[in-house]
Amino acid sequence: MTRTRDMLQVTVQRGEAGKTRMQRFDVPARENQTVLDVVSWIQQEADPTLSYRFACRVGMCGSCAMMVNGVPRWTCRTHVSRVANDGRLDIAPLRNLPVIKDLATDMDPFFDKWVAAEARHHPTRGRLEEFDPITPDNPERAEANLGIECINCGICYAACDTVAGNPDYLGPAALQRAWTLLNDSRDADRPTILAAVSGKGGCHNCHSMGSCAQYCPNELNPMRAIAGLKRETVKAALRGKRDA
Amino acid sequence: MLDLRLYMAQRLSALVMAPLVLGHIAVMIYAIQGGLSTTEILGRTQGSLLWFLFYGTFVLAVSVHAAIGLRVIVHEWLRLRGIALDVLTWGICAALLTLGLSAVFAVTLP
Repeated sequence: MTRTRDMLQVTVQRGEAGKTRMQRFDVPARENQTVLDVVSWIQQEADPTLSYRFACRVGMCGSCAMMVNGVPRWTCRTHVSRVANDGRLDIAPLRNLPVIKDLATDMDPFFDKWVAAEARHHPTRGRLEEFDPITPDNPERAEANLGIECINCGICYAACDTVAGNPDYLGPAALQRAWTLLNDSRDADRPTILAAVSGKGGCHNCHSMGSCAQYCPNELNPMRAIAGLKRETVKAALRGKRDA
Repeated sequence: MLDLRLYMAQRLSALVMAPLVLGHIAVMIYAIQGGLSTTEILGRTQGSLLWFLFYGTFVLAVSVHAAIGLRVIVHEWLRLRGIALDVLTWGICAALLTLGLSAVFAVTLP
């Protein structure tokens, strides 16, 4: 493969919240190069004060997500050749999250919402007891399996226009996690999960626009999980009325 | 900005509206094609319990459905929240109910 240009024109958002600016860098183009390689080159060769976040570099840790040409992406697995626009890259911190500095966002609101959605394990048994076996053929287990490969990268949260318009909305990742736990036989507190996802910022705010599913780097479908939560919360509410 | 209660109210009101919308469109087409005059229309609707229930239910469902839908749009686009958002929601519902029911009463009361 031959390249038509030797240099990439890269624009990076710099600064802290409320004081951001765009800074231009010329970065050598390589035959094989990820967006994270480009950001690392800038930090190592051009400006050591550039702040960004990464760890594993192989698409497992979920820490290197950024906006690339306006689209949220995992930068370690995104090849420049696939996303550069005529040799240009615009790199910015993840949307819908507060900026700490440069390309590093404050992930607290994202993970606080996981807790608010009760997207945490509620144990059924003690450590001395046998645990419930995983049965892949069980339909509920199969449904849970569809969502458990989430790496918490925050790309769906950045892609979600409902989060952008409604800051209280729990977001696709937290709700998908709640859905996997709801379908997990080893989770003991189904009513608490259903109550947590039924509040003012809950699953019913989703407009099913599908950006979460479109941009998830692991090709998960949080929109499907949220539809499942809507179904189960309505069923539970109707059952509750009948029992009363 | 939608909890389970509002979500269900909006879905159930949509369920009620669906057949009524079809009925309303059918009535409109029938009234226009047949060339019914105002007097002829009022002659059929005034004193009719059926038309009162049909359009009365329609107005109730529309008022609930539209108020919740506009509540979401106003919250997401104009960032209105809290009591102001609740007041606006109920205000839209009340306004639609008043306008709609006054129209229903006007054409169905004997």
